[in-house]
Amino acid sequence: MKLILIFLSSVLINNFVLSYFLGICPFIGVSNKISSAFSMGMAVTFVMTITSIVTWLVNHYILIPFHLEFLQTVSFILVIASLVQFVEMFIKKVSQPLYRALGIYLPLITTNCAIMGLALLISMKNYSFLEGIFFGLGGGIGFSIALILMASIREELDLADVPKPMQGAPITLIIAGCLALAFMGFAGMINV
Amino acid sequence: MAKVNKLSYEFLKGLWDQNPILKQILGMCPTLAVTVSVINGIAMALATTFVLVFSSFLISIIRKLIPNQVRIASFIVVIATFVTVVDYVMRALFPEMSKLLGPFIPLIVVNCIILGRAEGFASKNNPFRSLLDALGMGTGFLISLLVLSSIRELLSSGTILGFQILPKGTPQLLVMILPAGAFITLGLLFGAANLYTLVRERKEKEVIITKYINT
Repeated sequence: MKLILIFLSSVLINNFVLSYFLGICPFIGVSNKISSAFSMGMAVTFVMTITSIVTWLVNHYILIPFHLEFLQTVSFILVIASLVQFVEMFIKKVSQPLYRALGIYLPLITTNCAIMGLALLISMKNYSFLEGIFFGLGGGIGFSIALILMASIREELDLADVPKPMQGAPITLIIAGCLALAFMGFAGMINV
Repeated sequence: MAKVNKLSYEFLKGLWDQNPILKQILGMCPTLAVTVSVINGIAMALATTFVLVFSSFLISIIRKLIPNQVRIASFIVVIATFVTVVDYVMRALFPEMSKLLGPFIPLIVVNCIILGRAEGFASKNNPFRSLLDALGMGTGFLISLLVLSSIRELLSSGTILGFQILPKGTPQLLVMILPAGAFITLGLLFGAANLYTLVRERKEKEVIITKYINT
Protein backbone atom coordinates (compact mmCIF):
# COMPACT_ATOMS: atom_id res chain seq x y z
CA MET A 1 0.00 0.00 0.00
CA LYS A 2 2.82 2.35 0.88
CA LEU A 3 4.37 1.67 -2.53
CA ILE A 4 1.18 2.74 -4.30
CA LEU A 5 1.03 5.89 -2.18
CA ILE A 6 4.63 6.79 -3.00
CA PHE A 7 3.98 6.14 -6.68
CA LEU A 8 0.81 8.24 -6.82
CA SER A 9 2.27 11.07 -4.81
CA SER A 10 5.33 11.33 -7.04
CA VAL A 11 3.13 11.32 -10.15
CA LEU A 12 0.56 13.88 -9.07
CA ILE A 13 1.12 15.64 -5.77
CA ASN A 14 4.87 16.03 -5.59
CA ASN A 15 5.22 16.28 -9.34
CA PHE A 16 8.91 16.70 -10.15
CA VAL A 17 8.44 19.62 -12.50
CA LEU A 18 5.52 21.45 -10.98
CA SER A 19 6.27 21.18 -7.28
CA TYR A 20 9.96 20.23 -6.88
CA PHE A 21 11.14 22.43 -9.78
CA LEU A 22 13.39 19.71 -11.15
CA GLY A 23 13.97 19.35 -14.87
CA ILE A 24 12.78 22.81 -15.87
CA CYS A 25 15.28 23.14 -18.73
CA PRO A 26 13.88 20.30 -20.86
CA PHE A 27 10.40 21.29 -19.70
CA ILE A 28 10.83 24.65 -21.43
CA GLY A 29 13.15 23.48 -24.20
CA VAL A 30 11.49 20.31 -25.48
CA SER A 31 7.82 21.22 -25.07
CA ASN A 32 7.23 22.58 -28.58
CA LYS A 33 5.71 19.48 -30.10
CA ILE A 34 3.69 16.65 -28.56
CA SER A 35 5.69 13.98 -30.39
CA SER A 36 9.06 15.15 -29.11
CA ALA A 37 7.63 15.74 -25.64
CA PHE A 38 6.41 12.15 -25.63
CA SER A 39 9.81 10.77 -26.63
CA MET A 40 11.61 12.91 -24.08
CA GLY A 41 9.17 11.78 -21.38
CA MET A 42 9.75 8.14 -22.28
CA ALA A 43 13.52 8.57 -22.22
CA VAL A 44 13.43 10.34 -18.86
CA THR A 45 11.10 7.76 -17.29
CA PHE A 46 13.35 4.96 -18.52
CA VAL A 47 16.55 6.54 -17.22
CA MET A 48 14.94 7.61 -13.93
CA THR A 49 13.81 4.08 -13.12
CA ILE A 50 17.25 2.63 -13.84
CA THR A 51 18.96 5.48 -11.97
CA SER A 52 16.90 4.85 -8.86
CA ILE A 53 18.02 1.21 -8.91
CA VAL A 54 21.71 1.82 -9.58
CA THR A 55 22.23 4.80 -7.28
CA TRP A 56 20.46 2.98 -4.45
CA LEU A 57 22.83 0.04 -4.87
CA VAL A 58 25.87 2.32 -5.09
CA ASN A 59 24.76 4.24 -2.02
CA HIS A 60 23.96 1.23 0.17
CA TYR A 61 26.64 -1.23 -0.92
CA ILE A 62 29.61 1.03 -1.68
CA LEU A 63 29.31 4.50 -0.12
CA ILE A 64 27.72 3.71 3.26
CA PRO A 65 29.72 0.54 4.18
CA PHE A 66 33.00 2.31 3.41
CA HIS A 67 31.95 5.62 5.01
CA LEU A 68 32.37 7.53 1.76
CA GLU A 69 29.15 9.56 2.00
CA PHE A 70 31.06 12.73 1.13
CA LEU A 71 31.64 11.31 -2.34
CA GLN A 72 27.88 11.08 -2.92
CA THR A 73 27.57 14.07 -5.28
CA VAL A 74 30.62 13.11 -7.34
CA SER A 75 29.75 9.43 -7.58
CA PHE A 76 26.05 10.00 -8.38
CA ILE A 77 26.79 12.36 -11.24
CA LEU A 78 29.40 9.98 -12.67
CA VAL A 79 27.06 7.01 -12.31
CA ILE A 80 24.29 8.93 -14.07
CA ALA A 81 26.55 10.15 -16.88
CA SER A 82 27.95 6.69 -17.57
CA LEU A 83 24.51 5.11 -17.18
CA VAL A 84 23.05 7.40 -19.82
CA GLN A 85 25.93 6.57 -22.16
CA PHE A 86 25.45 2.86 -21.51
CA VAL A 87 21.69 3.01 -22.05
CA GLU A 88 22.29 4.85 -25.30
CA MET A 89 24.68 2.17 -26.59
CA PHE A 90 22.38 -0.62 -25.41
CA ILE A 91 19.31 0.82 -27.14
CA LYS A 92 21.31 1.41 -30.32
CA LYS A 93 22.30 -2.27 -30.43
CA VAL A 94 18.93 -3.73 -29.42
CA SER A 95 16.29 -1.60 -31.06
CA GLN A 96 16.92 0.77 -33.93
CA PRO A 97 13.38 2.28 -33.98
CA LEU A 98 13.56 3.03 -30.26
CA TYR A 99 17.02 4.53 -30.74
CA ARG A 100 15.74 6.80 -33.49
CA ALA A 101 12.87 7.92 -31.27
CA LEU A 102 14.93 8.57 -28.11
CA GLY A 103 18.42 9.02 -29.55
CA ILE A 104 18.90 12.77 -29.50
CA TYR A 105 17.23 13.15 -26.11
CA LEU A 106 19.44 10.74 -24.21
CA PRO A 107 22.62 12.89 -24.02
CA LEU A 108 20.50 15.83 -22.81
CA ILE A 109 19.34 13.77 -19.85
CA THR A 110 22.77 13.78 -18.18
CA THR A 111 22.38 17.41 -17.17
CA ASN A 112 18.68 17.06 -16.38
CA CYS A 113 18.46 17.89 -12.70
CA ALA A 114 15.39 15.68 -12.28
CA ILE A 115 17.61 12.59 -12.52
CA MET A 116 20.25 13.86 -10.08
CA GLY A 117 17.49 15.21 -7.83
CA LEU A 118 15.80 11.83 -7.81
CA ALA A 119 18.98 10.09 -6.66
CA LEU A 120 19.53 12.68 -3.91
CA LEU A 121 15.90 12.64 -2.75
CA ILE A 122 15.89 8.85 -2.46
CA SER A 123 18.96 8.96 -0.26
CA MET A 124 17.61 11.89 1.80
CA LYS A 125 14.24 10.28 2.41
CA ASN A 126 15.85 6.93 3.29
CA TYR A 127 13.61 5.01 0.91
CA SER A 128 14.00 1.26 0.72
CA PHE A 129 15.01 -0.39 -2.55
CA LEU A 130 11.44 -1.02 -3.78
CA GLU A 131 10.18 2.36 -2.58
CA GLY A 132 13.02 3.98 -4.51
CA ILE A 133 12.03 2.22 -7.73
CA PHE A 134 8.40 3.23 -7.40
CA PHE A 135 9.42 6.79 -6.57
CA GLY A 136 11.64 6.90 -9.67
CA LEU A 137 9.01 5.39 -11.96
CA GLY A 138 6.32 7.71 -10.60
CA GLY A 139 8.60 10.72 -10.92
CA GLY A 140 9.31 9.84 -14.55
CA ILE A 141 5.64 9.41 -15.38
CA GLY A 142 4.78 12.64 -13.60
CA PHE A 143 7.48 14.41 -15.61
CA SER A 144 6.09 12.98 -18.85
CA ILE A 145 2.53 14.03 -17.96
CA ALA A 146 3.63 17.60 -17.23
CA LEU A 147 5.74 17.74 -20.41
CA ILE A 148 2.99 16.37 -22.66
CA LEU A 149 0.34 18.66 -21.14
CA MET A 150 2.64 21.62 -21.72
CA ALA A 151 3.38 20.57 -25.30
CA SER A 152 -0.30 20.22 -26.16
CA ILE A 153 -1.01 23.69 -24.74
CA ARG A 154 1.90 25.19 -26.64
CA GLU A 155 0.75 23.67 -29.93
CA GLU A 156 -2.55 25.51 -29.47
CA LEU A 157 -0.67 28.60 -28.42
CA ASP A 158 0.84 28.99 -31.90
CA LEU A 159 -2.55 30.28 -33.04
CA ALA A 160 -2.90 32.74 -30.17
CA ASP A 161 -1.89 36.39 -30.37
CA VAL A 162 0.75 36.65 -27.66
CA PRO A 163 2.33 40.10 -27.10
CA LYS A 164 5.84 40.16 -28.53
CA PRO A 165 7.85 40.51 -25.29
CA MET A 166 5.93 37.59 -23.77
CA GLN A 167 6.56 35.15 -26.61
CA GLY A 168 8.64 32.03 -25.96
CA ALA A 169 9.91 31.40 -22.45
CA PRO A 170 7.83 34.00 -20.54
CA ILE A 171 4.44 32.71 -21.66
CA THR A 172 5.62 29.13 -21.15
CA LEU A 173 6.47 29.91 -17.54
CA ILE A 174 3.11 31.53 -16.95
CA ILE A 175 1.32 28.50 -18.37
CA ALA A 176 3.48 26.33 -16.12
CA GLY A 177 2.26 28.44 -13.21
CA CYS A 178 -1.35 27.77 -14.17
CA LEU A 179 -0.58 24.05 -14.49
CA ALA A 180 1.02 24.11 -11.04
CA LEU A 181 -2.13 25.73 -9.65
CA ALA A 182 -4.23 23.00 -11.24
CA PHE A 183 -1.97 20.28 -9.86
CA MET A 184 -2.37 21.76 -6.37
CA GLY A 185 -5.89 20.39 -6.51
CA PHE A 186 -4.41 16.94 -6.01
CA ALA A 187 -2.70 17.98 -2.82
CA GLY A 188 -5.48 16.97 -0.44
CA MET A 189 -5.84 13.53 -1.99
CA ILE A 190 -3.24 11.61 0.00
CA ASN A 191 -1.19 12.50 3.05
CA VAL A 192 2.37 11.31 2.66
CA MET B 1 32.68 42.81 -33.35
CA ALA B 2 36.06 43.05 -31.70
CA LYS B 3 37.75 39.71 -31.36
CA VAL B 4 39.15 40.28 -27.87
CA ASN B 5 36.78 41.96 -25.47
CA LYS B 6 37.92 44.53 -22.95
CA LEU B 7 38.68 43.04 -19.56
CA SER B 8 35.99 45.09 -17.88
CA TYR B 9 33.43 43.78 -20.37
CA GLU B 10 34.20 40.18 -19.38
CA PHE B 11 32.85 41.06 -15.97
CA LEU B 12 30.08 43.46 -16.99
CA LYS B 13 28.49 41.29 -19.68
CA GLY B 14 27.22 38.88 -17.02
CA LEU B 15 25.23 41.63 -15.31
CA TRP B 16 22.84 42.41 -18.15
CA ASP B 17 23.94 41.68 -21.74
CA GLN B 18 24.37 37.96 -21.09
CA ASN B 19 22.65 37.69 -17.74
CA PRO B 20 22.48 33.92 -17.14
CA ILE B 21 18.85 33.95 -16.00
CA LEU B 22 17.15 36.79 -17.82
CA LYS B 23 18.96 36.55 -21.16
CA GLN B 24 20.32 33.03 -21.48
CA ILE B 25 17.54 31.25 -19.55
CA LEU B 26 19.96 28.92 -17.79
CA GLY B 27 19.79 27.53 -14.29
CA MET B 28 16.02 27.69 -13.97
CA CYS B 29 15.55 24.98 -11.36
CA PRO B 30 17.34 26.59 -8.40
CA THR B 31 16.01 29.99 -9.46
CA LEU B 32 12.43 28.89 -9.10
CA ALA B 33 12.88 26.60 -6.13
CA VAL B 34 14.81 28.65 -3.60
CA THR B 35 13.46 32.18 -4.13
CA VAL B 36 10.75 31.85 -1.48
CA SER B 37 12.61 34.37 0.67
CA VAL B 38 15.43 36.83 0.00
CA ILE B 39 17.86 35.19 2.41
CA ASN B 40 17.48 31.82 0.66
CA GLY B 41 18.07 33.47 -2.69
CA ILE B 42 21.27 35.14 -1.48
CA ALA B 43 22.58 31.92 0.07
CA MET B 44 21.89 29.97 -3.12
CA ALA B 45 23.47 32.63 -5.35
CA LEU B 46 26.59 32.84 -3.19
CA ALA B 47 27.00 29.06 -3.12
CA THR B 48 26.58 28.87 -6.89
CA THR B 49 28.98 31.77 -7.48
CA PHE B 50 31.61 30.11 -5.31
CA VAL B 51 31.41 26.91 -7.36
CA LEU B 52 31.26 28.85 -10.63
CA VAL B 53 34.34 30.99 -9.87
CA PHE B 54 36.54 28.20 -8.56
CA SER B 55 35.60 25.65 -11.20
CA SER B 56 35.99 28.17 -14.06
CA PHE B 57 39.40 29.19 -12.73
CA LEU B 58 40.63 25.64 -12.26
CA ILE B 59 39.27 24.42 -15.59
CA SER B 60 40.89 27.34 -17.34
CA ILE B 61 44.26 26.48 -15.75
CA ILE B 62 44.11 22.81 -16.75
CA ARG B 63 42.33 23.37 -20.07
CA LYS B 64 45.37 22.37 -22.14
CA LEU B 65 45.93 19.16 -20.18
CA ILE B 66 42.41 17.78 -20.74
CA PRO B 67 41.98 15.63 -23.86
CA ASN B 68 39.12 16.92 -25.97
CA GLN B 69 37.12 13.67 -25.90
CA VAL B 70 36.76 13.51 -22.12
CA ARG B 71 36.45 17.20 -21.43
CA ILE B 72 32.79 17.22 -20.36
CA ALA B 73 33.37 14.36 -17.92
CA SER B 74 36.43 16.10 -16.48
CA PHE B 75 34.52 19.38 -16.11
CA ILE B 76 31.76 17.58 -14.23
CA VAL B 77 34.25 15.99 -11.82
CA VAL B 78 35.86 19.38 -11.11
CA ILE B 79 32.46 20.97 -10.56
CA ALA B 80 31.21 18.13 -8.39
CA THR B 81 34.29 18.43 -6.19
CA PHE B 82 33.63 22.11 -5.47
CA VAL B 83 29.93 21.42 -4.93
CA THR B 84 30.83 18.82 -2.29
CA VAL B 85 33.07 21.41 -0.59
CA VAL B 86 30.23 23.96 -0.51
CA ASP B 87 27.72 21.36 0.65
CA TYR B 88 29.83 20.25 3.63
CA VAL B 89 30.89 23.78 4.57
CA MET B 90 27.25 24.89 4.61
CA ARG B 91 26.20 21.85 6.63
CA ALA B 92 28.85 22.69 9.22
CA LEU B 93 28.43 26.46 9.41
CA PHE B 94 24.78 27.09 8.49
CA PRO B 95 22.92 23.85 9.26
CA GLU B 96 19.50 25.51 9.14
CA MET B 97 20.08 27.15 5.76
CA SER B 98 21.44 23.89 4.42
CA LYS B 99 18.29 22.09 5.56
CA LEU B 100 16.06 24.73 3.95
CA LEU B 101 17.79 24.51 0.59
CA GLY B 102 17.70 20.71 0.82
CA PRO B 103 18.77 18.89 -2.33
CA PHE B 104 19.38 22.13 -4.20
CA ILE B 105 22.92 22.58 -2.85
CA PRO B 106 24.19 19.25 -4.24
CA LEU B 107 22.11 19.97 -7.36
CA ILE B 108 24.40 22.92 -8.17
CA VAL B 109 26.44 20.25 -9.94
CA VAL B 110 23.85 20.01 -12.72
CA ASN B 111 23.24 23.77 -12.89
CA CYS B 112 23.63 24.51 -16.58
CA ILE B 113 25.21 27.93 -15.92
CA ILE B 114 28.35 26.33 -14.52
CA LEU B 115 28.84 23.68 -17.18
CA GLY B 116 27.87 26.25 -19.80
CA ARG B 117 30.59 28.69 -18.69
CA ALA B 118 33.13 25.87 -18.36
CA GLU B 119 32.46 24.62 -21.88
CA GLY B 120 31.72 27.96 -23.53
CA PHE B 121 34.28 30.22 -21.88
CA ALA B 122 36.78 28.75 -19.40
CA SER B 123 37.94 26.02 -21.79
CA LYS B 124 38.93 28.64 -24.38
CA ASN B 125 40.24 31.58 -22.33
CA ASN B 126 43.07 32.30 -19.90
CA PRO B 127 42.52 31.94 -16.13
CA PHE B 128 42.25 35.67 -15.40
CA ARG B 129 39.56 36.25 -18.02
CA SER B 130 37.68 33.16 -16.87
CA LEU B 131 37.79 34.43 -13.31
CA LEU B 132 36.29 37.78 -14.35
CA ASP B 133 33.69 36.07 -16.50
CA ALA B 134 32.67 33.73 -13.68
CA LEU B 135 32.45 36.62 -11.19
CA GLY B 136 30.25 38.57 -13.61
CA MET B 137 27.95 35.62 -14.29
CA GLY B 138 27.72 34.92 -10.56
CA THR B 139 26.80 38.54 -9.86
CA GLY B 140 24.20 38.46 -12.63
CA PHE B 141 22.73 35.32 -11.11
CA LEU B 142 22.70 37.00 -7.68
CA ILE B 143 20.91 40.07 -9.06
CA SER B 144 18.21 38.00 -10.76
CA LEU B 145 17.65 35.89 -7.66
CA LEU B 146 17.50 39.04 -5.51
CA VAL B 147 14.84 40.64 -7.71
CA LEU B 148 12.74 37.49 -7.92
CA SER B 149 12.98 36.62 -4.24
CA SER B 150 12.24 40.22 -3.15
CA ILE B 151 9.05 40.25 -5.19
CA ARG B 152 7.96 36.90 -3.84
CA GLU B 153 8.79 37.62 -0.20
CA LEU B 154 7.24 41.08 -0.32
CA LEU B 155 3.96 39.87 -1.78
CA SER B 156 3.68 36.71 0.29
CA SER B 157 4.51 38.06 3.75
CA GLY B 158 5.03 41.81 3.35
CA THR B 159 8.67 41.58 4.45
CA ILE B 160 12.12 41.74 2.88
CA LEU B 161 14.91 39.91 4.72
CA GLY B 162 12.47 39.62 7.63
CA PHE B 163 11.90 43.41 7.94
CA GLN B 164 8.31 44.57 7.68
CA ILE B 165 7.96 46.71 4.52
CA LEU B 166 4.26 46.70 3.69
CA PRO B 167 1.94 47.96 6.47
CA LYS B 168 0.54 45.20 8.64
CA GLY B 169 -2.87 44.02 7.50
CA THR B 170 -2.03 44.19 3.81
CA PRO B 171 -3.54 41.07 2.27
CA GLN B 172 -0.86 38.42 1.88
CA LEU B 173 -0.69 36.44 -1.33
CA LEU B 174 -0.17 32.88 -0.26
CA VAL B 175 0.21 31.84 -3.88
CA MET B 176 3.61 33.59 -4.07
CA ILE B 177 5.32 31.01 -1.86
CA LEU B 178 3.73 28.17 -3.79
CA PRO B 179 5.28 26.80 -7.02
CA ALA B 180 2.64 28.55 -9.13
CA GLY B 181 3.73 31.95 -7.82
CA ALA B 182 7.34 31.20 -8.73
CA PHE B 183 6.48 30.30 -12.32
CA ILE B 184 4.22 33.27 -12.89
CA THR B 185 6.55 35.85 -11.29
CA LEU B 186 9.53 34.61 -13.31
CA GLY B 187 7.42 34.61 -16.48
CA LEU B 188 6.42 38.22 -15.93
CA LEU B 189 10.03 39.13 -15.07
CA PHE B 190 11.20 37.61 -18.37
CA GLY B 191 8.48 39.55 -20.16
CA ALA B 192 9.64 42.79 -18.54
CA ALA B 193 13.28 42.12 -19.46
CA ASN B 194 12.28 41.41 -23.08
CA LEU B 195 10.11 44.52 -23.22
CA TYR B 196 13.02 46.66 -21.97
CA THR B 197 15.36 45.18 -24.58
CA LEU B 198 12.83 45.70 -27.38
CA VAL B 199 12.18 49.33 -26.40
CA ARG B 200 15.91 50.06 -26.13
CA GLU B 201 16.60 48.53 -29.55
CA ARG B 202 13.83 50.58 -31.11
CA LYS B 203 15.20 53.79 -29.57
CA GLU B 204 18.70 53.01 -30.85
CA LYS B 205 17.28 52.47 -34.34
CA GLU B 206 15.37 55.75 -34.17
CA VAL B 207 18.55 57.61 -33.19
CA ILE B 208 20.37 56.15 -36.20
CA ILE B 209 17.48 56.98 -38.54
CA THR B 210 17.16 60.61 -37.32
CA LYS B 211 20.93 61.03 -37.68
CA TYR B 212 20.69 59.71 -41.24
CA ILE B 213 17.79 62.02 -42.10
CA ASN B 214 19.52 65.09 -40.65
CA THR B 215 22.76 64.62 -42.57
